[in-house]
Amino acid sequence: MINLNINQKSYEVDADPDMPLLWAIRDLVGLTGTKYGCGVAQCGACVVHLNGEAVRSCVTKVSRAEGKKIVTIEGLSKNNDHPLQLAWNEVNVPQCGYCHSGQLMSAAVLLRENPNPTDEDIDSAMSGNICRCGTYPRIRKAIHLAAELHKKEGGTK
Amino acid sequence: MSTNQVSRRDFLRVSGLAGTALCLGFYFPSSAKEAEIVNTSGVPKSEVELNAWIHIDTDGKVTIFNHRAEMGQGSFQSVPQIIAEELEVDLKEVNIILAQGNREKYGSQITGGSSTIRGSYKNLLKLSATARIMLITIAAKKWNVPITACYAESGHVLHKASGKKFHYGELVVDASKLEAPKEVVLKKISEYKLIRKPLHRQDTPLKTNGTAIFGLDKKLPGMLYATVERNPRLRGIVKSFDASAALKIPGVTKVFKVRMGVFNTFREGVAVVANSTWAAMQGKKALKVEWDDSGFEHINTTEIYRRQQEDLQTKEGLYLKKQGNPDDILRQEGKTIDVVYQTPYQSHSCMEPVNCVAHYQGDKVEIWGPIQAPEWVQDYISGQLGLPKEKVIVNMTFLGGGFGRKAFMDYPHEATMISKEIGAPVQVVWTREDDATQGPYRPGISYRCQGAIHNGEVTALKFRMSGQNNDHWRGGKTDQANRSTSEGFLKPYFDSIKNISFAEVQFETPVPTMWWRSVYASTNGFAYESFLDEVALAAGKDPLDLRRQYLQDERCQRLIDKMEEVSGWKKRKKNEGFGAAITECFSSTVGQIVKVSKDASGKIKIDQVWAVMDCGWYVNPDIIRAQVEGSIIMALGAATIHEITFKDGLVEQRNFYDYKMPRITDIPPIEVHIMENDADAGGVGEPGLPAFAPALTNAIFDLTGKRIRKLPFDLSAV
Ligand code: FES
Ligand code: FES
Repeated sequence: MINLNINQKSYEVDADPDMPLLWAIRDLVGLTGTKYGCGVAQCGACVVHLNGEAVRSCVTKVSRAEGKKIVTIEGLSKNNDHPLQLAWNEVNVPQCGYCHSGQLMSAAVLLRENPNPTDEDIDSAMSGNICRCGTYPRIRKAIHLAAELHKKEGGTK
Repeated sequence: MSTNQVSRRDFLRVSGLAGTALCLGFYFPSSAKEAEIVNTSGVPKSEVELNAWIHIDTDGKVTIFNHRAEMGQGSFQSVPQIIAEELEVDLKEVNIILAQGNREKYGSQITGGSSTIRGSYKNLLKLSATARIMLITIAAKKWNVPITACYAESGHVLHKASGKKFHYGELVVDASKLEAPKEVVLKKISEYKLIRKPLHRQDTPLKTNGTAIFGLDKKLPGMLYATVERNPRLRGIVKSFDASAALKIPGVTKVFKVRMGVFNTFREGVAVVANSTWAAMQGKKALKVEWDDSGFEHINTTEIYRRQQEDLQTKEGLYLKKQGNPDDILRQEGKTIDVVYQTPYQSHSCMEPVNCVAHYQGDKVEIWGPIQAPEWVQDYISGQLGLPKEKVIVNMTFLGGGFGRKAFMDYPHEATMISKEIGAPVQVVWTREDDATQGPYRPGISYRCQGAIHNGEVTALKFRMSGQNNDHWRGGKTDQANRSTSEGFLKPYFDSIKNISFAEVQFETPVPTMWWRSVYASTNGFAYESFLDEVALAAGKDPLDLRRQYLQDERCQRLIDKMEEVSGWKKRKKNEGFGAAITECFSSTVGQIVKVSKDASGKIKIDQVWAVMDCGWYVNPDIIRAQVEGSIIMALGAATIHEITFKDGLVEQRNFYDYKMPRITDIPPIEVHIMENDADAGGVGEPGLPAFAPALTNAIFDLTGKRIRKLPFDLSAV
């Protein structure tokens, strides 16, 4: 049994220690917000936070996550009101929406580290996330907007 | 009993059960084109399948059944936006349920051909206006005032003079007993409060906190997971397999052969069933399978194009259209151009890989998945399994992209067969590698384009294409030209250029092919619009002027005006390359201008893309902008980044490391403009794609004098 702390809740999972965290979260814990896109660290659909760091859960062994704090898209905010979530809604970013759990989790780390990102900062932080629907121009716009919202809120989130 | 077999009188008869809700639906007469609106409140299910589209209950709650898939194109927003407008309710009061597959209830449900809005908006407007009138009628009766003294607003009927009002919920019981009026007056565009407004998409919140349920997120109690190793050469059967190593993987429970339909043919694979996706994936890797693909050619990409282009030089092909006599003109007159264009095979590569959940229960099967054509799946599986249609229940989840791929029936069929074999619900997951290597693909096509120019005028155009015909997979006739041979080409050219022909030189491979966003327009557009650029220059004309001259159609003229105006086409500078292209797709016309220049290191960079969309009547301008942006980015990838190639019958690309995608760093600024008119609605989800590649290569020619006739090409190597 492996103990996982996800979104501040603890779960016991009966997983092969080599199983990628992605499948433990999706199939064993049943949180399906984290997505499978490629399985080989190419697309970013599976990004979660591990002790505050953005990692690709498709190539992170579940054993590596034991004892660490895992945050998935379901735990990004309580009421869907993280500045990024508000901005995503305002700018109508998602199309099919499949990539956006990962996009948001990558962007959240960017904003925390760099509350005032330039276009170049956004490009380098977000270039690991593929969006087949081509929502990139709106992702960029929404990250700028979220940075502003964040400032207005006094950076509490 | 299907509604087609019920007489109209039977259908309209409202039984004693009326009175719990107002339900309106359509009756699709097999002969007439326009659907008829009927009050289906309380019609007993046994008599007529309830075909409600709008359902208003006694609390005034409105529920609509979205008959089309939501795969990113915004039907989840656009359909309610239309209904709320004519029904006069607040958008947030409208509940949306994704309908199940049912041709009798909903007519065609295939989400393809950018048809969701253009195919149903008139019916949806009429349907919701009908409900509103019925509610007003009851209110007027209760107050004993004329109908014209009342109006509807925000889910209420109000009496103008007194300000008295009824909530819709208070009226539905009586309204449900009325017969639907035959004629209703619809609002004028100037009266719209919701339509044509950039309202926020209602599905966004679900897509920002992980609660949207895509196919891959569907879970059932006791559900197992499966992967399938399918023939890497895309066709044929399993000769033998060794499951011993796979069965040793912890969690793997069963390994067996599975056969799935591919339209009118089939292929085989070996299924690995396990208690987690991961175990199923490990099991698949451990399989040893021997294939029998005898009788199927082991194709190579170079051979494909060699054969196509050789045929284009020697064969006339089957004519789709021919007016005048281009051959004579090409032989006689002045300047001629004769060139070949080439476009690649492409994978849809939806972000959500193909997957499906099926639960076979002996006398019925229920299916959940990212499905573009639920009623096709229903028809197909009921035929394959010999089950009555109503015993095949097909549920659509959100689709993590579709682009045509998820209108194939192979994966729901395969999932059903696996569930049948194991006697339990199962989710079949295609790995990204399966998704990339198994197709179906957009077909790779070669085009031969010939043109004659006499005294600066275009006197003849002769187009031939050679590439696989998607229709052949669905039993299409092989003795007729591909009806999409001229897709993308603007109709007004036929009025102004007297000699034009389009022909298809047939070409087959064992590779399954399927619609890919904007279908043949996505490749035709590149060939035909690049060629018109070449023709314009040979005729000594400005490329946009040439289009203006030969597109004698008011909407086209306005579109060209707009393209010039927004891009500053006439004012372009020397060190800037400008390219234009205009294509038609699913009844919408899109013009694009691309501007390129050279960066400090001499490499081409795309400075700006301007797109002008004329889709006639429309619902939500922001969704249109988003769809055009996305289409352009998809076109950028297909033109400059990725392609599917074959070697010895095997697909050479496996995942995003060798079938690379555009990333945020690759995206030029895109500006989208929408033409304002009230012509019939055209498509929105696809028409933004075809004009991009030719506008880009035309711009590169403008800057460098280099003509690109083969896609994809490496932008950094031009
Ligand atoms: S699924 Fe992990 S990066 Fe693609
Ligand atoms: S919104 Fe569809 S992949 Fe990003």
